[in-house]
Amino acid sequence: MAEAVSVVLLLGVLAFAVVRPRRLPEAVAAVPAAALVVGLGAVSPAEAWRQTHSLLPVVGFLAAVLVLAQLCDEDGLFTAAGDLVARACGGRPRRLLGGVFAVAAVITAVLSLDATVVLLTPVVFATAARVGARPRPHVYATTHLANSASLLLPVSNLTNLLAFTASGLSFTRFAALMALPWVAAIAVEYAVFRRWFAADLAAVAHVPGTDERRPMPVFTVMVLGLTLAGFVVTSFAGVEPLWAALGGAAVLAVRALFRRRTTAGGLVRAASPLFCLFVLALGVVVKAVVDNGLGAGIGSLLPDGSSLPALLAVAVVAAVLANLINNLPAILALLPVVASAGPGPVLAALIGVNLGPNLTYVGSLATLLWRRILHEHDTEPGLGHFTRLGLLTVPATLVASTVALWGTLWLIGG
Amino acid sequence: MPGPTPDPPSGPTPGPAAKVVVWITESTWPACVDAARVWAPHDDIVLLHVSDDEVAAAAHHAYAGLLGRGHRPERDPGARLEALSGTAAADLLEAAAHRLGRPCELLDHHGRVERRVVRAAAGAKLLICARDGDRTRPGPHSLGRATRFVVDHARCPVLLVWPRGPEGPDATEFPEPADLPEPADLSEPHEPLEPFEPLEGEGSDPPAPPRPHRPGAV
Repeated sequence: MAEAVSVVLLLGVLAFAVVRPRRLPEAVAAVPAAALVVGLGAVSPAEAWRQTHSLLPVVGFLAAVLVLAQLCDEDGLFTAAGDLVARACGGRPRRLLGGVFAVAAVITAVLSLDATVVLLTPVVFATAARVGARPRPHVYATTHLANSASLLLPVSNLTNLLAFTASGLSFTRFAALMALPWVAAIAVEYAVFRRWFAADLAAVAHVPGTDERRPMPVFTVMVLGLTLAGFVVTSFAGVEPLWAALGGAAVLAVRALFRRRTTAGGLVRAASPLFCLFVLALGVVVKAVVDNGLGAGIGSLLPDGSSLPALLAVAVVAAVLANLINNLPAILALLPVVASAGPGPVLAALIGVNLGPNLTYVGSLATLLWRRILHEHDTEPGLGHFTRLGLLTVPATLVASTVALWGTLWLIGG
Repeated sequence: MPGPTPDPPSGPTPGPAAKVVVWITESTWPACVDAARVWAPHDDIVLLHVSDDEVAAAAHHAYAGLLGRGHRPERDPGARLEALSGTAAADLLEAAAHRLGRPCELLDHHGRVERRVVRAAAGAKLLICARDGDRTRPGPHSLGRATRFVVDHARCPVLLVWPRGPEGPDATEFPEPADLPEPADLSEPHEPLEPFEPLEGEGSDPPAPPRPHRPGAV
């Protein structure tokens, strides 16, 4: 009974988040649903509090990175990166694609996938237009890499932050274990894109004029570099890396406030407080579902150990689950099951939930179906081309990254 | 997709209003405009650009796929891409009209590129478009997805020209593909009817040296 109610509530929360009636924030459904699962006894208040308490630093970390990315954008970091790529490509779309891959991979890794999707994609489009290249390969690359290049650091993706907290790994250990899988996923994407868009990339573009130079915001880049160094230092000192992110965001925020480039309201909006609330509430609802049976179900589905077949199985199950219920609830549901098995399965699950969303252009099959049902009268473009590309890259990146993870675990140990 | 309506072998019958449609695509458009100057010097020219809706839609959906982010419309990258692509298309058409150097009609469409082009070119006297690949590599893959569709389904004669980007080599500098069958008569295109002078300020690229243009016809 508790399981049925929890599942219905979770599906309701997810459906609400996809449909968003009257553009209401997702937390509007998630918070009452969380209260309801506690009220109905599917989760005890103590358990709910423990879950919320464990998610609070994750959410704080997320908010700090969101603010950091927004301030970097306002300082012109993204347009400067686009300018750099436009110049470096020398009028050759293939090199432009390489530059877009490099920038998107680094931005996603350091400033999270949200920054890539929201802030970098328009810059990439404008860059392609500036050099006269066809935008499609470059824009598609950005949307793909937002997922597949989000494996490297705990800050790259909210799913990583959740797994990072559950795994007990240090920041640097996490990055060391995920470096090869990250490179493998990007390399596979690059190879597929070069072939898939060969005709578009063969045409000739031109070099942008010198009058349009966008200066690199040096101070911002330095703060970002110091923040990254801070992640390493805090991880060795045994301090929460959250503080490094907060420090970096605070420096840029104070400077922007001082220069009147932003307002306190703007900073709060950049931190997305309602999204943070949604994550906390979702955590409680998913806990109810997991504790009342889903956890045992997933546990019986997943093999034990860190052998290559076991890791591949975990990654595939995670990718499927991410497509069924979205990656955020998927990793929340998987973590309690895989966390006890050590870093191998946790990171394999992460590979699955991070790469799986590329299968469809909306992040999950479930969302796609919902949108199809609700928007069937809209004249949305087919996007069949994009979906076929996802069908090609997702299995390939999934296997390549998991094999790379297995190799890394074998080389440097869990 | 309904199959193409095959035209009778005698070719289409251009009506009185038949025009020459030049499909303007990013990076390969200069070759098409040059071809229009050479092959259709006295015809009414329509410069057609189609913005790909799928690109903006991919960005929009990537944003919508981020669960729980509130999705404020002003942050939607898809909307920003739509605005940017409108500007980019206008700039492109303006540059193309400038290169053409005579009055012409500008058509700025958006949608599924290949279908919009086929529809817009139906009944035209001629559709001029460019190959996508680089000429240094002979082979069958010189047509991108959209161009392939347009060539297959266009309901008018199609002139397919080799691209020559603003910085690309002159058509005469391309190596002769050795492993291709002997070229047919078309390998010797007509002399340009009137060699054109380079136009001033073509975009931001360095001005091309004056040269008579020999279009590669296919």
